Amino acid sequence: MKFGVVVFPGSNCDHDCYYVLNDVMKVKTDYIWHKQDEISGYDCIVLPGGFSYGDYLRTGAIARFSPVMKSLIEYAEKGGLVIGICNGFQILLESGLLPGAMLRNESLSFVCRDVRLNVENSRVPFTSCCKKGEILEIPVAHGEGNYYADEKTIKMLEDGGRVVFRYCGRDGKASKEANPNGSINDIAGICNEKGNVLGMMPHPERCSEKILGSADGKKIFNSIISHLTR
Amino acid sequence: MFLAKVYVTLKKSVLDPQGVTVKHALDSLGYRQVNDVRLGKYMEIKINSDDRQKAEVLLKEMCGKLLINPVIEEFRYDLEQK
Repeated sequence: MKFGVVVFPGSNCDHDCYYVLNDVMKVKTDYIWHKQDEISGYDCIVLPGGFSYGDYLRTGAIARFSPVMKSLIEYAEKGGLVIGICNGFQILLESGLLPGAMLRNESLSFVCRDVRLNVENSRVPFTSCCKKGEILEIPVAHGEGNYYADEKTIKMLEDGGRVVFRYCGRDGKASKEANPNGSINDIAGICNEKGNVLGMMPHPERCSEKILGSADGKKIFNSIISHLTR
Repeated sequence: MFLAKVYVTLKKSVLDPQGVTVKHALDSLGYRQVNDVRLGKYMEIKINSDDRQKAEVLLKEMCGKLLINPVIEEFRYDLEQK
């Protein structure tokens, strides 16, 4: 089993993802430089967080045209697992692998704090070890996580069970207070139709060891590994 | 040579949190006449072409591919021969 963490100029969560996968989860992991135009032999690709290309033009807009992306899109279309975290999610939206777009946070502030997520779909590889309705505590750190899509797209996501994570309170219920950025329907993470591509704003790689305050993020990496070994 | 001046704004249907905040600031300064504020981006692009039609086709293509995100943004432009 081999994971790949794509590194764009300006990625800054690539080392955290690598560390969690390689050192905490003990799975073979490679960095994939964005100029590499062919990727093969991977079981899951991570698009990490950060500020690829300085967030110039729009978040993820330039990274989407990096040489690695053509091969990544083909890999995803063939059913390969892809998880985009924060800026990685933004890149997935710009590349069209996931629908919708990101707007500035409603508060206009960069938000960096722990949030709670309700796992609404535990049938995808990324949540295969979670229970539906389980609450995960994972930090967010972003200025543009205000997920937006038109009504038709939102309906398609909701009806298809493609909202994997929704911001929620202690009771598991979605609320305006629990939502850090103003995203439509309190959406924190969505998947594609086949369920092999996930985009999420919160950072599971920042909370995969108890010493960091929460190890809930590990459940996501565990889910992927367990899905791949099944 | 053509100079394209591209104006990018959020679609009317998309809430513009920056515009809302600027409007509130204008309200607090006493400009009660301000009904709405929308913020956007302005780009200047020089295109090496002597053919207006070709320059226009190129510009639209660039907007569609990279310069704007059609999910949330729309654009208009002026094209000046230099």
